[in-house]
This record gives sequence, C-alpha cells and structure tokens, in this order.
Amino acid sequence: MIDGALIVAMLVAAMRTATPLIFAALGELIVEKAGCVNLGVEGMMLVGAVTGFAVGYTTGNFALAFAVGAIAGAVLSMIYGVLVLHLHVNQYAAGLALTIVGGGASAFWGQAWQGLNMRGMGPLEIPGLSALPTLGDLFSRLDAMVYLALLAAAAIAYVLTRTRLGLIIRAVGENHDSAHALGVSVIGVRYGAIAFGGAMAGIGGAYLSCVMTPLWIEGMTAGRGWIAVALVVFATWRPARLVLGAWLFGLVTIMQLHGQGFGLAVPSQILAMLPYLVTILVLVLISRDATRIRLNAPGSLGKPFQPTA
Amino acid sequence: MTKRLTLAATALSLALGTGAMAQDEPLKIGFVYSSLIGDAGWTFMHDQGRLMLEEEFGDAIETAYVESIDGGADAERVIRQFVAQDFDLIFGTSFNHMNPMAKVAAQNPDIAFEHATGYTQADNLAIYHTRAYDSRYLVGMVAGAMGDSMGVVASYPIPEVLRGINAMTLGAREVNPDFTTKVVWISTWFDPGAERTAADAMLDQGVDVLAHFTDSPAVVQAAEDRGKFVVALGDMSQYGETAHLTALDYNWGPYYVERTRAVLDGTWETDNTWEGIAADLMTIAPFADSVPEDVREMVMVRKEEIRSGAFHPFQGPLVKQDGSIAVAEGEIPDDGMLLSMDFYVEGVEGSLP
Amino acid sequence: MPLRLVPRTRPSRLAQYGAPVLALVFTVAFGFVLFLSIGRDPWAALHAYFVAPISSAFGLSELLLTALPLALIGLGLAIGFRANVWNIGAEGQLLLGAIGGGAVALALWGEGVPGTFVLVCLTGALAGMAWAAIPAFLKTRFNANEILTSLMLIYVADHLLSWLVHGALRNPQGFGFPESRLFSPEALMPILWPGTRLHIGWLLLPVAAVAIWFMSRHTLAGYRLRVSGLSPNAAAYAGFSQPQSVWISFLLTGALAGLVGAMEVAGPVGQLLPEISPGYGFAAIIVAFLGRLSPLGVVLAAHLLALILIGGENVQLLGVPIAVAQLFQGVLLVAVLASDVLVRYRIVRIGQLETDEAAA
Repeated sequence: MIDGALIVAMLVAAMRTATPLIFAALGELIVEKAGCVNLGVEGMMLVGAVTGFAVGYTTGNFALAFAVGAIAGAVLSMIYGVLVLHLHVNQYAAGLALTIVGGGASAFWGQAWQGLNMRGMGPLEIPGLSALPTLGDLFSRLDAMVYLALLAAAAIAYVLTRTRLGLIIRAVGENHDSAHALGVSVIGVRYGAIAFGGAMAGIGGAYLSCVMTPLWIEGMTAGRGWIAVALVVFATWRPARLVLGAWLFGLVTIMQLHGQGFGLAVPSQILAMLPYLVTILVLVLISRDATRIRLNAPGSLGKPFQPTA
Repeated sequence: MTKRLTLAATALSLALGTGAMAQDEPLKIGFVYSSLIGDAGWTFMHDQGRLMLEEEFGDAIETAYVESIDGGADAERVIRQFVAQDFDLIFGTSFNHMNPMAKVAAQNPDIAFEHATGYTQADNLAIYHTRAYDSRYLVGMVAGAMGDSMGVVASYPIPEVLRGINAMTLGAREVNPDFTTKVVWISTWFDPGAERTAADAMLDQGVDVLAHFTDSPAVVQAAEDRGKFVVALGDMSQYGETAHLTALDYNWGPYYVERTRAVLDGTWETDNTWEGIAADLMTIAPFADSVPEDVREMVMVRKEEIRSGAFHPFQGPLVKQDGSIAVAEGEIPDDGMLLSMDFYVEGVEGSLP
Repeated sequence: MPLRLVPRTRPSRLAQYGAPVLALVFTVAFGFVLFLSIGRDPWAALHAYFVAPISSAFGLSELLLTALPLALIGLGLAIGFRANVWNIGAEGQLLLGAIGGGAVALALWGEGVPGTFVLVCLTGALAGMAWAAIPAFLKTRFNANEILTSLMLIYVADHLLSWLVHGALRNPQGFGFPESRLFSPEALMPILWPGTRLHIGWLLLPVAAVAIWFMSRHTLAGYRLRVSGLSPNAAAYAGFSQPQSVWISFLLTGALAGLVGAMEVAGPVGQLLPEISPGYGFAAIIVAFLGRLSPLGVVLAAHLLALILIGGENVQLLGVPIAVAQLFQGVLLVAVLASDVLVRYRIVRIGQLETDEAAA
C-alpha cells in the first residue's frame, strides 16, 4: 500500500506543514539569540496572515503579499519592543499581551477579507529537478517559500556564526552588560532582532493564508505560533536543528493522519498528543548533557537590560 | 402594524405571565454561539438564520449574539446576562450550552429558551435539532456517482458525526456498491491548516471525493487544487468551482422564524424538534455542472421520497462494518438507536477510535 | 530634550496608584474612538465594560467568581516567577485538576457521601501537583527547559481531557455527547452567596493570599525562593539549591491550578466538558505581572482582568463584534503593563541626571 509516490506525497505534506513553523521559529531564534523571549508569535503570525491575504487577493502578487505580511508582523512586534526595551515590562507578559492584541487586530481589520477565495501560490518549477525519477515528483510539488525557508535558515546560520553582525547579536544575548561596555547599542540590536522576528512570523502567517489554505479566517493559525516558540528551544537555538525539528514535527503529524487512513485504531486524541510528547522526549534527550545546551543558550535570555550611564 | 404588535405583546405577556411588559418594546432575541461566526460552518449557518429573522420581522424584534462561548463557566454567565437584560427568547446553538441553559431556564420560568442538538427539555426549554443525515445521504449519492472512494475529514467520533459518515457511505453505495470510505479524525472543529493537511493525506491515498465535518473551506480548496471532488458542509462553491459537487445545507432560518412568531403570537410552548428534509430544516446546495442529469434526477427523487417518508436513509437492511445486522430488512430504526449510533456501516474502512 | 529612565530606589506611592489610572484613561480614550469608528455608542460600550458588570449583585458575584481562578493561579505563578522559575503551563495543571477532581466526583456519583466536594478539591490539587511535577522533574533531572515542557504539557492535557470526556468519563445516558454526568449535589461546591454562583471556594482566596505573603516574607522556604530569584550565585553560595526552588514553585502552582480546575468543574460548570477553561492559566501569567508579583497586587489585577473579560461579553450584546472587544482588551493590557514603568522608574532629562549624580 505504501509506495514511492505516497512517500513523496508524505514528504511534500510534511515540508509544507513545516514551512510556516520554520519561518516563525527562525525569527524567534534571532530574537532569543539577542536575549529576548517574545511569546507573541501567534499574534504576529495572524497579522501577517491577514495582510498577506489582503495583498495577495487584491494584487495577485505573492512576493508583495509576503513583503507586506513581513512589514505588518514587524510593525506589531514594535509594541513588544517598546514595552520590553524602553518600559522594562516583563518579556513573558508583554509577549502574551501581544498575542491578544494581534488576535484582536487581525480579526478586526480582517472582517472585510473573510469569505473570499483566491488561487494560492503554486509550486515552483525548477528546470531539471522535476525530471528526476520519483524525486522529480517531490520537487515539482514544492513552492518557492519552502526553498526560501531553507535559504533563510542557511543564511541565518551563516550570519550568526561567521559574520560581525552575528557576533554582535550573540554578544548582546550572551551578556548585555559587557556588550554595552564595548560600545554596542544593546537596545538598537534588540530592536532590530525583534523587528526581524516579527517580519519572519508575518511571513509564516502569510504562508498559511497565501499558500497552505489560501483564505483568511480569524484565528486561522490555530496555535502554530506556540509551536514555533517551542521549536526554537527544541532546536537549542541552532537553525539547522530547527529545520530538522520542524520537518520531524510535520512528518509525525502527517504519519498519524496517514496511519488513520490505513485504519490504525488509536484514539484520535492520543494520536494528536504525539507531536507534543515527541517534542518533550527529544528535549529531554538533548538537554541531558548540560554543557551542550549551555553552549547555545543565550546567557542574558529573558533578563531585562538597564543601561548604566 | 402597531396594532398587531400591541396585540402580540399583550398575548405574550398573558402567555408568559409577565404583566409588566412595555408595549412597543421590540421582542429581544439572544443567540449564544459556540465558535466565531467566520464565513462558513456551523455558527455561520446559525447566524444566517438570525439574519433571516431580522429581515422577516424588522423593527418588531431585536437580536444580539455572543460569539465563541464554548462551554465552561462562561456559557451560564452569558445566558444569565441575556436574562438580566430582559431578553424574551434565547437560543443556545451548541450541545455544550445545554446544561447551563437548563439551569438558568429553571430559575426563569417566564423566558423562552431553546437549545440546539441537546436532549434536556423543560416547560420553558425547547430542543431543536436537524436530521443532517437526510442530506448526508443525498450528497453521498452524488459522491458515489462521481467516484469510487471518499475521504472524510472528521472532528470527534460522536453519534452526530458517525450518523453523517454512515449516511454518506450508504448513499454512495446505493449508486456504487463497491464504494469505500476512509476517515481521518483531527480532534478539532476548526484548524484550516490541519483540515487541509488531512484532506491532502486522503487525496494522496487515492480517494476520489472528499467530505468534511470541520468548519473551514480548506477541504474544498484541497479538492479544487488537486482536481478531485468534494461534498461540502454548507455551500462553499466559491472555494471550488469544479470540485464542489454539492453540499449539505442547514437551514435554521425557517425554524427561528416560526419560533419567534410563536412568541410574538403568544403561542410558544416547549417542543422537541428533530426534523430534516421533510420540514425544510435540511437541504442540499445546487449541483456542480459536472454532475450528470441522471444523477441529479435520481438524487432529487430520493429527496422527495425522504420528504414524504417513503424512504429512510437508515432503513433496513442496515449492515454494520463487521457484517452484523443493525436494522433488519423492512424496518426503520427508532430515534433512540440513531441518537446513540456508535458503529460504522459496511463500506467504511478502519476501526472506530 | 533626551529623556532617560532611572530606577527608583523605592516604588513611588503616587505612581503606584496614578499609573494604572493613567493607563485606564488612555484605554478609555482609545476605546471611545474605537467604538465610535464602528458606529456604536461609546458611552454605552464603556458602561458595559466597566460599570455594568459591577452594578448588580449578579454582576458582582460573577466578577468574584471569574477573578478567583485568575487570582489563585496568579499567586502561585508570582512565587515561581520571583524565583526565576518559568511555569508557563498552569493551564495544563488546571485541566489535570479538573480531570482528577472530576474523576472522583464521577466515581462517587450517586453514592451520597457527604462532603464529596472536599475530596474532589483535594484530588484536583494533587492531580495538578502531579502534572506540575513532570516539568519540575525534567528540569531538575535532565535540565529540560521548563517553559517548553510545561507549555507542551498543556496540549497533552487538553487532548487527555478530550479523550476521557469522549470515552471513559462520558455520560452513559448522554446520547454519546462528549460530556460527563452532572455531578451529584454532594460533589458540588456549596454556594456562598445565595442566588448567585459564588461558592465557598472563594474563601480560599484570602487564605491563600495571606499564606503566600507570609510564606515569602517570614519562612526560610520563601527566603530561599527570593534569594535564588535575585541572585542565583548568592543562593548557591548560601547552600540553597536551584532544584529546590524549581520543586517548590512548580508544586505550589500546580496545586493551586489543580484546585482551580477542580473548583471549576465542581462549581459553576458542574460536570466535565471538553472545554473547561477559557485560558485562565495563560491569563494568570499576565495577572502575575500586572500585580507586580506581590500577593495583594495579584488579587487586584485578577479582578481587573475578570472585569474586562466579562465586559467583553457584555459589549457583544450591544452589537460590538468580539474582534473589537479583544482588541480593546489587548490595548488595555498593553497600557497597564506600560504604565508600570512609572512606578519603578522616574523620567529625567539627561542633563539633569548628571547634575543629580554630581550632587550625590
């Protein structure tokens, strides 16, 4: 019953499920590398989803849709930025408040866009790749954003480890007082990171409303923002692991759906628990070795920064 | 108009024993919704009924609703809030509004309460529900005519959903005896991404027609994208011009109008309404162009037979998945058996979770 | 004129009371424009938000009833947050409390055992504690991030409740609907205020608030928690272990959240349903910070949040869409959180700061 074509189909579905998570989680990874935890990913994704859909629907230009979704996410993230960086509000509370604001704002301004159907962004034809046996099928069904997510992960990994900018971001996240003493603008770097996180969450949301299910309905992210937050720690702040983690999550989700289609008799709720239990299990396995997690966890994560004069 | 209203108001106050009702106050009608209205699905269809009420009665009534009240301690507070603001008729549109409503109803005998899909009835608490399986059977026939297998995106294995899966399978197998049904449970009523992924999984396993019990149009979009078919929940044809064969449609409006008129006339009393096509509470959406004429005719004939009572979707012989007989030849199952349905019929693959 | 924020040595008393008022004024102004922009009477909407809920006995009782879960969980969370222990999963601990308490109520259904509700509450608290013990154990034994594990366990708890209510704990006479039997009267929380839904569980709120205040001020355990929150190094030097803070924080919050879950199902709900909590566990995190992690502050913040939750339902009766209600709530939260800065910091001009320092 399980043949090559079905395996390819499962991989495609897993990668599509993973893509919005990868975008949103990569953004959060940068935010956390710079020392902040923004729990408002869900709200920023929703705002990205509604604006992305609105632009995609009106113009049919998906590049523009993703760009506007990114801008909207970044704009919303500035609320968090101001609260945390200037007003010294606790990061977790600010993030939760952002989730509520984003949910309300997207539902409020999205009312006009409900009930509209649009042709979503199609797969990307890459000459040569689609002609490959079996795997060709895989490539012919993936859209540009799936590749872009991978490129983004690679670029972020490169920037973080190989560039001066990456060094500065990590320095700010590791020890903001030393960074400040060295003349780095801690606040400036964190604003940049938070805006980047918002933009990436916005793109992740727009992926949902422009590619996966090309429509806008309030609350359509259905908890994916939270999974993105989880992925970052699951990946111990490493882009490559983050991508693998997202794919693993996608694959577990898809396999339990297919398992049911083949008549696997497990209660649906128990199956639905699986991705979360697997995440906990993997988290335990990778955290057991305390030194390994400490190597990647930003030292100032979650701590407020108070510049001295 | 004014005179009729005055009379109605007097009659109402007599009937319900509220002496002090102001005479030109509009009748206040409250709706409790379990989810967001959105643009499709269960709550959307109830809200369509509410809008029909406003159109029908104009200034004689006033409606209000509270969205996204899904059980817990909130439902009773919202219902009490309606009571505190002098609402005359209150509809709870989901099964988890039943017990809170029953509690409030017992303390407010002068107010008319109505509850969808539940089973607790009282002197001032009526029950209304639809025999959705009537329509499910008909859309199943269309599915059977247009393909050999169906994939169902389902929420939770409760009797309402099982009746729907079984009715669709029975309808499909009437026209296509080898038809099979696969079911995927996603443990939610609303998550467009998950609905889409489940639909894609079914299509990848080779089903020809999709069906769903979840709220968003994501399943319809999946069928359209992949060049397959779908029978939808509520008319979602704008999401799938060629894929959307037809849909089952809830038609709450006429019921809401009838019950509101009864309150206005002072003739409202408790009732237990479980009706389908015969009372026009259920119907099906227009067929897609691709559905052949003979199939349409066959379905419309069945529809009329269901309406007249000449045909019952679950009439015997009804064979369970394991081959045992649930309803003997020539018999019609009683409501008790239908209400507590907990099995798959022959033709559904996999086992019940 | 560049401005700087300088920490106050002690919170300003004026700001302590003035800041929330300022935030409220700002939000009311925002709401006024918002409601006007969608064509609703802003006065009526604001009245429905802030006045109507507390202008009747029923409204007042509902306010107290809704604030109870927020306050109890918030009290527990505040203790943990002070000790730098990040339990984000109180929602899951609440659900387990509902499951545990509900299971006892259903096991003793129709047995007529007097005082069953006490057993329901105790079991609920224990179940919440047990659920909270998982992230505590994973943190102390495997160093697994507690934010994540407790967050993941919310989803697991949610599906567990759904599974039980659709199966083992379903009402056998309920026509297959996913809900349990209605609990027997002896399993329900006795009503404290006749004619309302406020039950005797409310009496636990002042007890818990005072107990937690006492514990954190006057006991060694409380001292340890505060020290390990302020300075982990100092705590380690003093021989206080981080694992102890983790365990105390999680077990305490888990017990309170579990108790809340049990009191919800044995109180206003009266049975087990797939949806027990409208997100009390999440809202309590905001409550903890709005209340500046102090017991009195948490109790006050819980009532403010309860007011706007109920207000959000009330304005819908006026035809205000839920999206607007949610947006308004979000803005209020942001404003209140932002205003807190005035309590902890003073705003000075850069030039003035230097003069101050020179003087000092």
